[in-house]
Amino acid sequence: MQDFIQNFVQPHFNYWAYVIVMMIGFWALIAKRNLIKKLIGMSIFQSAIILFYVSLGVKDGATIPIIDHHQPAPIHEVSQEGHDAHYNSHGEEEAHHHKPVAAEFVNPLPHVLMLTAIVVGVATLGVALAVSQSIYKDFGTLEEHEILEQIKTGDFHD
Amino acid sequence: MEHFNIVILVLLVITALLALRVKDLLSASMIFGIYSFLICLLWAEMGAVDVAFTEAAVGAGVSAVFLIATVYNTKRRSSD
Repeated sequence: MQDFIQNFVQPHFNYWAYVIVMMIGFWALIAKRNLIKKLIGMSIFQSAIILFYVSLGVKDGATIPIIDHHQPAPIHEVSQEGHDAHYNSHGEEEAHHHKPVAAEFVNPLPHVLMLTAIVVGVATLGVALAVSQSIYKDFGTLEEHEILEQIKTGDFHD
Repeated sequence: MEHFNIVILVLLVITALLALRVKDLLSASMIFGIYSFLICLLWAEMGAVDVAFTEAAVGAGVSAVFLIATVYNTKRRSSD
């Protein structure tokens, strides 16, 4: 059991948490009866999927994907070829610039994809909340079972 | 940094459950805002700074405002 936790749970804790949080959101979408609660569950579901994608880009010992031209101090020494001092147009020696090595940076591609996913998520939430306000105006309630009851008996004003 | 990550992920699960558990919808919205800020912190720690500040502005700010506006225009109590 100790072995299992050290080898499987702790190094991949992001993925375990992502599965748990996603299933919490899915449970809320199915089992909760209030429409606002369902929408909070939908947002939790979306952010869990974003958590999965961002976790894919993480590397050990890597820094944020921005090339720093002023401070060449690396997080850790990876490169043998990184120390060629080069000259600018005036012939002065610049400081020891590291060539950017891909292993030093986290993978930015999932981040860019998830940036659009966040914006799409908030747009979905906004439209869904507008629709539930309109439902409240027609039915006078936000509870799913009461709305279904009113639709079945046909006593609502639109 | 590993432990920081684990603490935030555990808090994330707790706030997600709490936001769905609370019967007062205004409290649920605020706890959902806390959830968004926690996940924003997690992304800053994981090196996704662009995602982090988009989440802080859009996820925690605008989503919470939308939810609170809807709660004020409708009912504050929830049956579950």
